[in-house]
Order: sequence, then structure tokens, then C-alpha cells
Amino acid sequence: MWKTILRRVLLMIPQIIILSLMVFMLAKMMPGDPFTGLVTPQTDPSQLHRLRVEAGFYNPWYVQYRDWVVNMFHGNFGTSYQYHRSVASMIGERAVNTFWLALLTFVLTYLIAIPVGIIAGRYESSWKDNAIQVYTYITLAIPAFVFYLFGIWLFGYVLGWFPTSGSISVSATGMIGKVGSMLYHMILPALLAAILATTSIIQYLRSGIIDNKQEDYVRTARSKGVPERVVFSKHILRNSFLPIAAFIGNNFAVLIGGSVFTETIFSYPGLGQLFISSISSRDYSIITALVLIFGIFTLLGNLISDIILRVVDPRLRIQ
Amino acid sequence: MPDETTHLLDIQHLHTGFRVGDAFYDAVDDINLTLDKNEILAIVGESGSGKSTLATSIIGLHNPKNTRVRGTIAYNGQNLVGLDETAFNKIRGNDIGMIFQDPLSALNPLMRCGDQIAETLKYHTKLNKQERKEHVLAILERVGIPNPKLTYRQYPHELSGGMRQRIIIAIAIACKPPIIIADEPTTALDVTIQAQILDLLEDIEKETGSGIILITHDLGVVAETADRVAVMYSGQIVEEAPVNELFAHPLHPYTRSLLNSMPQLDNVEDKLHVIQGTVPSLKDMQPDGCRFAPRIPWIPASAHEAHPTMHEVGPNHYVRCTCYKTFHFQDALSSVEGGIVNVTD
Amino acid sequence: MSLIEVKHLKVHYPVRTGFWNRITSYVKAVDDVSFNIEAGQTYGLIGESGSGKSTTGKAIVGLEKVTSGQILYEGQDITKASVRKSMHYNKDVQMIFQDSLSSLNPRKRIEDIIAEPIRNFEHLAPTDEQKRVQQLLDIVGMPSDSIYKYPFEFSGGQRQRIGIARAVATHPKLIIADEPVSALDLSVQAQVLNFMKDIQQAYHISFLFISHDLGVVKHMCPDMAIMNQGRFVETGTREDIYEHPQHIYTQRLLSAIPEVDPTHRQQNRKHRQAVEKKFQSEKKDYYDQNGRVFDLQQLTEHHAAAVKPEQADLCRQEIEHDRYPDELPLRMEVE
Repeated sequence: MWKTILRRVLLMIPQIIILSLMVFMLAKMMPGDPFTGLVTPQTDPSQLHRLRVEAGFYNPWYVQYRDWVVNMFHGNFGTSYQYHRSVASMIGERAVNTFWLALLTFVLTYLIAIPVGIIAGRYESSWKDNAIQVYTYITLAIPAFVFYLFGIWLFGYVLGWFPTSGSISVSATGMIGKVGSMLYHMILPALLAAILATTSIIQYLRSGIIDNKQEDYVRTARSKGVPERVVFSKHILRNSFLPIAAFIGNNFAVLIGGSVFTETIFSYPGLGQLFISSISSRDYSIITALVLIFGIFTLLGNLISDIILRVVDPRLRIQ
Repeated sequence: MPDETTHLLDIQHLHTGFRVGDAFYDAVDDINLTLDKNEILAIVGESGSGKSTLATSIIGLHNPKNTRVRGTIAYNGQNLVGLDETAFNKIRGNDIGMIFQDPLSALNPLMRCGDQIAETLKYHTKLNKQERKEHVLAILERVGIPNPKLTYRQYPHELSGGMRQRIIIAIAIACKPPIIIADEPTTALDVTIQAQILDLLEDIEKETGSGIILITHDLGVVAETADRVAVMYSGQIVEEAPVNELFAHPLHPYTRSLLNSMPQLDNVEDKLHVIQGTVPSLKDMQPDGCRFAPRIPWIPASAHEAHPTMHEVGPNHYVRCTCYKTFHFQDALSSVEGGIVNVTD
Repeated sequence: MSLIEVKHLKVHYPVRTGFWNRITSYVKAVDDVSFNIEAGQTYGLIGESGSGKSTTGKAIVGLEKVTSGQILYEGQDITKASVRKSMHYNKDVQMIFQDSLSSLNPRKRIEDIIAEPIRNFEHLAPTDEQKRVQQLLDIVGMPSDSIYKYPFEFSGGQRQRIGIARAVATHPKLIIADEPVSALDLSVQAQVLNFMKDIQQAYHISFLFISHDLGVVKHMCPDMAIMNQGRFVETGTREDIYEHPQHIYTQRLLSAIPEVDPTHRQQNRKHRQAVEKKFQSEKKDYYDQNGRVFDLQQLTEHHAAAVKPEQADLCRQEIEHDRYPDELPLRMEVE
């Protein structure tokens, strides 16, 4: 078990190297550089040249790559060309926001999806199941931005229950006040994102339960005289959770990556929003750092999924 | 038909129907059958004969939504037909143990083997966790598991097919039920393992005095293990007899045809006997008349009864319909349906 | 000359273990197996699950990568895909599977299923092709309107006949039948076995009949091999194997077949348990210290068993004795 995990972790190293190379190359291939934005009719070309030399732009690509990697190891992701601040500290501030939003979305997703999926699977073809099916079809079909804008309009403007932008109120004071304000700002985006994310989990759980109900081992359990309630919880449900468990890691990674969308629409100051604004201002040092971080999160998500699956399914445990 | 002494299990006029559209069709049609202590009763039939439906009816594992069970299954003074779930759960596992065909799919892949056996004890005994474990270890040893302590902690996929079937048997016998239903217990196993499992079942029957209902399509298995045999065709019992009697004097055309279609020592170079036509589907079964008649068309209709009943033809030997009296085989080759022999260019 | 000569066939799968996932050992699914299939004859391959019998069959059709050894067809080694292609081997050798439902594409109509091998190897006009399909359905005794139906609309026996029709479509010389009747009811099994015999006679087809059912193999195959752990433990004619089994594994297998005569039940059980006991106690005389089956020793012209070389003479005497019980004393004097 530990060996397998360690091997998977070691396998991530070449994956990360390839990822970083791709990110680096993409950044280099993009037209223009941060200094082109500074060009005015008064700019002295030699000064521009000096800036580029200082930034190492005329070094061979592998030297640039090496410098970039070495700097990253020192926690130095470079300086934002637009804000003239350390990328690491900028990302750090935003990452906290994104992390909490993703976590809340994640928790809400499973809090909604699991009971709903269980009801749909257990009472297959009942009116409850049919209603849930309609719900999943709608959430699957509706484009995310339409759904978000509708949510903002309804809960933010019409009902006025929640703020529609930002991550914290400037007037919040004290520990409790600040945490409360943060939560208050997060609830609407997290809830709306969670509702969209429940669709696949509900469907997986529902069909898992329906399939497992027909399995021979469920019949065996019934033939032992196990009460139906226990047959459901101990035999049917446990087996139906396998695919759900396998998705947990991926799901979290998807939420971090998916923050681009949610945060932009909700003007929520997280990594996603930073990413979009960096793209429009061609702030390459931030873009590369973020792409790398999103990539690493995806790899980590897969790793976590793998580990969880190994823990819950004994068939995968043997070497 | 049955004597007046009390039987372990007494099935009378059992009908089990499945819903097809709006109507129910009886897959088990008016079955009368008894099971006594210390006996292995084999129920033989091909797929679609209703033998497995009969087994699931006895242990009450049908989905009530699309099944209709009528008749009586008398056990210990109560009728199992129509028993509510709570009462039936007290009987399942405790009074009736069930052994299934495919030992891999019949075990929960996420549960340790020992826990799956202990689960039966949990709902039928007052034993505490430790006592249950000791009990399970003893049962594992009884069913011939070489290292009970290790196997207790193993998962089904870590065991061989034969070992898994022993676990299934351990689950079935954990509470020493007086009745054991074994539904094709050896079909998924190799012959050498099959022999061991059948020996084990026989030993259990001798030790505990249980009555075993052995459901199988394999006449060899029947000849090796059963005390009494009921042959099923199309939801009905067509012949019932003690095992020696059945193999020595098979009477019903279906029984005789089946025995004849087995590849055997003496017909190595010959063609095998083929029964014409196919088993009728649930919807196509005739409600009246001899259901085997369409498959022996050379026997005149007058030879069959209009409403076939079971006739006692010897001690404890019963045959359905009168067609057995005039039945004879047609030339084996001409009864091959279609095929090269009949093709003319 | 034999139709197919299998020479020292080995199919090994690597087992990867440890931290670096390196190959630490091999599963020897088929381990040095040699036999011939004669034209128009049926050769039986008997074994329990995991014995390597199916792998052997698949290796012959080319569905399994051969580790070493040769499979000679018309004098050419067809273990390479390029050779198979150049000599129409894939057309000449077809396969029938056990599970007739999963081996037929559920989304294709019977017409397309049966026509597929024809389309692969021949180019017929649509009308000619349909005629051929109809003929093939005739051969296996299926009604002509079957061509518009889908596999699930047929019973197990009918599907198995469709599988046979598909296999016969290209006029093959050899059909590998992997447990063709194991999933079928007794009466349907009889039907399919009869068909196979009919087709063999009509078209002079060879069969490699793979089965765990000793009764069925006995009925179908004049020659056969018993497989255990990827090796042949005994080969011979029907009489050799069923009347004079020499290897303990063969004896054990035979003793385990249930007999359709309840009056011998007690003797059978005693005999079976005695053989089982003998198997447990004499295992080391029939398997080497690694549990590997010995090499085959030729006992008679057509009978071979995997016994120790020094045991072979004893076996020969035993066979003689079985055949001509009266002559035994004479032979003893000679020795």
C-alpha cells in the first residue's frame, strides 16, 4: 500500500517536469512580452533592450527554463509586470480565498448530492426519483454562466439575500466578524457551483444503487435474513459509493481549476479571477505560475482519487 | 400424494407468477412437493423449467411488485406464502439456508469472508462479537477451509472458486438450518471441486439431519447425491421418484429424452438424441393439456390427458400425464430439427 | 501430413511486482506443448479452469502472443501475424466461443454478423452475399427470416448455431471450439454437438475441441490431451485416456465425473476419495520439486503420459496388463 502510494508520488515528478516544460514553452511562444505594454513614443529602445536583458530574455531557452525552475524552488515565481509585486505573495493572498471557496463548494456538493442520489436510487421510478431526474436534466442542460447570472439576479438583486461580489466586507472587524463576512460572501457562489457539480454525482450514485440492488451478493444478504434496512446500508450503499469515492480527488481539482469561471462572474478575488485579469494584461509570470499550480492540483487530485479507491476497494489493494 | 406424517416442508399448489405487461404468468405452476429430514431432494430441469423460481419462492426472495405467489408452503406450522418481511427474515438464514451458483458474485466484494458469515449469526443468535468469531472459525474449519484464521480476514477475490463456494456453504449452514436450498451449487466449479463440494453437502446432511433441496440441470450430480428426484418441465413437475427408481425406470417422455441426450459411454460414435422444438416461453405455455406434447408430435393427441395429473406408478413414483404409456422414441436422426441432414439443395 | 503441427508452444505472461514494477516472474499459461491436428479430425483439449487450454486455442487462432515455439500450418510457422495474413490463415481457421451472447455484436443483425467474415476475405455482390448467408443459416437449421433479427432475439442454442454459421462462412479448414456447449442445456447441447459432427462430415473440417467436460470430449474426440498447469499430462486416443489413464491427474479427473447410475454411488465415492488420497500422497511422483508437470513419455504408439522416465516402463506394463491380462505372467518371465 505505502509502496504503491510512494511510487505514484514519484511518478508525479516526471509528470510535473513535462507539465512545467509545456507551460514554459507556451509562455515563450505567446506574442509580445510585458515590456511591449510600456512602449510609448518617448520610450528609448536601448532602455527597453536593457530591461529585456535584465529579465534574461536573450538567454538560450534552457537557461531561462533553469532560472525559472530554480527561482520557483526558492518560492520566487517572479514579479508581476503589471503590479510590480512578487507573484508568490499575490498568488498566496488569492489562493486562500480560492481554497475556502472550493472547499465550501466541495462540502455543499456532497452534502446535496449524496442524500439526493440515495433517494433517487432507493426509490427508483417513484415520484421522488422522477423529480430528481428532472433536476439533474436541468442542471446538466443549463449553461453555467446563465445559471450564475440568474442566481445573482434572483438572490443578489431581487431578494437581496447575499452580496454579489467581493470576498469580505471592508467593515468586518474581529475574528468572528471577519469569518462570518467571508462565509456570507462565499455562500452564493459556492451554492450555485455546488448545484451544478451535483449532477454527475447524483447520476453515478443513483445508477450504482440500482445496479447493485440486482447483484447476487445482495440476494445472499437477504437470504441470510438481514433486515432490508441493513441490506441497503451495508451492502448496496457501500458498493455504490465506490465510483463516488473515486471521483473525490478529481472533483476537488476540478473545483480549483473551475474557479476561473465562478470567480470572474462573482468578482470574487481568487486565483481564477487573477488568472483572467493576468491574461488580459499579458502578465506572463502570473499566468505561468497559475497554469503550473492548476496542473499540479489536477495531478494531486488524481493521486488522491487513486489512494482513496485503494483504501475503499480491497480488490485494488493487493500488489 | 404425501403421507400424513408431518414433513419438514410441505408445498401444496404453489403458483409463482411473474408480471408481463398487465398479466401474471406462472413460472411455477401448481407444484406439490414435500421435503423430509435427512434427505436430499433433487429438482432437475433445464433453463426455463421454473426450478430456480421454485427455490426463490420457498425462501421468499421475489420482488413482490412483479411477482404473485399463491398456495401454501407449510413449515413448522406456518405458511411461508404471504409471510411479512420481518417474520420471513427470522426464517431466512436461521431455518432455511441458501447456497448459490456463482460463488464470486454471491459474495460481497468489500466485506471480509468471516464477517459475511458472522452476519448471519448476528441476526439469528444472541452471541456477542467474540463468540460469533469463534463460531465462524469453527464453521470455516467444518467446511474444509485449511487456514480458518487467515481466511476469516480475506476478501472473496483472494480465494479460489472452490474456497469461495465453501464460504457460501458456511454462510448457509452457520445457524444449522433444518432446510438448505442449493441452487446449482457446483455448476460454476471444476469437476474435482464439484465432487468435493457435493461430498461436503452430503456430509452436512448426515451430520445435521437437514433436508436439502438440490436444484440442478446435471443428471450426473443427481445420480451421485440425491435421495429423491423431481423432474421439472415448463413450470410443472413431470416425474417424481426415489433416485434409483428414476434412473432405473424413467417413465415420462421428458425424463427419458433428457437421459438419452446425454453423451455417454456407449453412444460415442452415434448422434445424440435431440428433443424437437424449444422450451416454451412464459407467455406461450399452454394453460391446459400436456405441456410436453408439442415436443413429441409423433405421439397421438389421444395418448395425452386433457388435464394431466400425477399418476402413482410405483412406490413413491409419480408421473404426469398418460402419454408415458405409449411413448416411444422416433428415429434419432430424423428428429434433428433442420440441419444438414434435412437440407436439400 | 497433419493440418496443424504445434511444436513446443509456450505462452508466458510477465508478472510485475515490487517498487519498480519490474518483471519478477512469469505465469506460464502454456508451457511447452506439442500436438498435431489431423485434417477432418477432432482433437480434444481437456482441462480445468486455469489449465491453459483456452490460451492454447487462442494462440493457434492468433489471438494470443506466442512466447516461443512453432505452429506449423501447411509447413509454415504462423506465429507471426504477417505470415498468417499472407497465407489466408485467418480465413482458414475460425473460432467458436462459449458465451454466444457476448461473442455476437448485439447491435448487428444476424445477416451482418454472418457476412462479416465473408466481407473480410471475399468480395461478393450484395445479392450473392445474401444468398451465402441464407445457405449458411440453412446449414445450421435456422429459419431464413433470422437474418433481420438481432442476437438477443434468439435462445442460447440458436445463438451458438449462429456462431457456428459465422465460423463456417469462410469455408475454414479448422475451427477452434472453446467450450462451445458449456453454457447450454442438455437437450440443446446434444443438438449443437450433432451439428458439429454433421458439418465436419459435410465439409471435412477439423476441430480443436476445448472443454472441461470429459463426457462431451469423449463423445466428440477420438484423440485428446489432458492439460494441467499449462502442460500436457497425458495424450492419447479415447481408449487410452478413458480406459488406461496413467497419470494421477487424469485418474483424479476421471474419478470426479459423476456417473449417471445411482446404484454405484457408494463405490464411486470411495473410489474417488481413494484416488484423491493417492493424488495427495503421490503428488511428488508426478510433479517435480517446483510442482511442474514432467515431460511426456511415449508409452505406446499413440499414448503418452507425463511420468518420470523410470516410471514409464511400469506404465507400459500396466497398459499391457490391462489389455491382455492373461499374458502378463509371460512378460514377467521375460523380464
